[in-house]
Amino acid sequence: MIEAIGLTKRYGRTVAVDDLSFTVQPGRVTGFLGPNGAGKSTTMRMILGLDRPTAGRVLIDGKPYTELDRPLRTVGALLDAKWVHPNRSARAHLRWLAKSNGLPDNRVDAVLDAVGLTQVAGKNAGGFSLGMSQRLGIAAALLGDPKVLLFDEPVNGLDPEGILWIRTFMQNLAAEGRTVLVSSHLLSEMALTASELIVIGRGKLITQSSTAEFIDRSTGNSVLVRSPHLFKLGPLLVDKGFTVRDGDDGALSVSGATSDQIGDIAAANGVVLHELSPQRGSLEEAFMQLTGDAVEYHAEIGK
Amino acid sequence: MTLLAVERIKLFSTRSPYWCTALALVLGVGLTAIITGTSEKGQMSIGLTQLGSSQLALAVVLVMSALAVTTEYRFNTIRATFLAVPGRTSALIAKTVVVAFIAGVLGEIIAFGSWGLAKVMSPTSDLAINTGAEWRHVAGVGLLYAVGAVLAIAVGILVRQTAGAVAILLVWNMLLEGLIGIIPKVGIKIQAWLPFQNANHFLALGGGNAADQPGAGIDFKLSQWGSLAYFAGIAVALLVVALVVAKRRDA
Repeated sequence: MIEAIGLTKRYGRTVAVDDLSFTVQPGRVTGFLGPNGAGKSTTMRMILGLDRPTAGRVLIDGKPYTELDRPLRTVGALLDAKWVHPNRSARAHLRWLAKSNGLPDNRVDAVLDAVGLTQVAGKNAGGFSLGMSQRLGIAAALLGDPKVLLFDEPVNGLDPEGILWIRTFMQNLAAEGRTVLVSSHLLSEMALTASELIVIGRGKLITQSSTAEFIDRSTGNSVLVRSPHLFKLGPLLVDKGFTVRDGDDGALSVSGATSDQIGDIAAANGVVLHELSPQRGSLEEAFMQLTGDAVEYHAEIGK
Repeated sequence: MTLLAVERIKLFSTRSPYWCTALALVLGVGLTAIITGTSEKGQMSIGLTQLGSSQLALAVVLVMSALAVTTEYRFNTIRATFLAVPGRTSALIAKTVVVAFIAGVLGEIIAFGSWGLAKVMSPTSDLAINTGAEWRHVAGVGLLYAVGAVLAIAVGILVRQTAGAVAILLVWNMLLEGLIGIIPKVGIKIQAWLPFQNANHFLALGGGNAADQPGAGIDFKLSQWGSLAYFAGIAVALLVVALVVAKRRDA
């Protein structure tokens, strides 16, 4: 479990992370979501004891990272896949990491195998493609068979195959009962990967909830109704207290009602329906709405 | 002990230490070869055999030691190190010990290699190592390198960039301390307390050929071993400052 309490980081006058509190539970993938510059990476560095919080603290299973004994056995992290010496082989990179935390050499082979890099283990890490570097980073995170795993933007720049691989991999890790925290600025990606979301903007917590709840709450449901008898159906729906607006091509957009309710009303009144379809606002729109005020670097869209 | 093994794996799994070692050997022993080859028959002295090791190759060893730290910052492996060893200090001390040990061994190899080559090339010269001063002059090179490595690592930790650290070390060692001697009257008094001048003083042979030696004309207040202790003291003090800074700084 990861527990942040009033975590704050200031660089001079800039507040990167502002009084952030959240918990990350084991057994599921938790998405750490926010626009670029929201403070995700800074928060992750503070969780891992690389950066010193200006105020507040963050605990891993009740202890700050810096007080963990042989921390790679408790926490595995992939913050940046390029944190390797380009002229050092993948195996040597993992060997020194394993040695530093008293892990046996066979762990190196085990994790290389787990990420599918056994074939290229003797090659210099500098020659790796982004996908291979990412796999090496994940191998390093898995070395100590840790209970807690942190990944910072792990799918950035990967091809679809790589994205799918990482997504499945993280879900499997969580299914084994581990705590998995994954940051991303892409809600659509998180919707597929994470079952719990922590959303931040400008260093502040916007919300923490389950992914399904977050999407339901923020996209706002409406139902598109198409019928030759709309003049009859419209007033009936308004009478029931639903909000009815004119949609495209003479269709109606009804919010506050489910498609079941509208279908029942139509049948009860002998109204023929040509289309009855629930509409979902896009995840991106919802995300923009939530974090719109909280984007660090604005660019006007469409102007 | 574990951390020493970690730093050993790190150092020897990249190429730059091998290149620096080879370069230090070639420059150090090579300069002795040139001096021996061009000196009058039978005129080679022990003092002349160590010009390459104590001046030229020392600069390469300083660069190699600084690189051991700055490349870690350059490629962010220092962050991976701090994730594995969040105490930071123990990891950096382990690195210092490993690099200083390697520098020390390399110093002995270059020093005795230079001496041996001169003996082979100029068999008629008196190159027998008899006195304590002569032993210190040759065998002391390793100690000098080890202390120099500590100093270079401290600078590397503080500056974090290769270019900056290398520039500081080379200008300090090869130019700055020498140029201070040009300042009228007080110059040589200040020089008596500068670290690399004291390092040279430690190696000085004394006696009739003192003028051959670097650091000639400076009125040192310390004994020769005192000078080495002083040089080491400065290196360790700088390392302590670097360790405190590294521990407090965001990685």
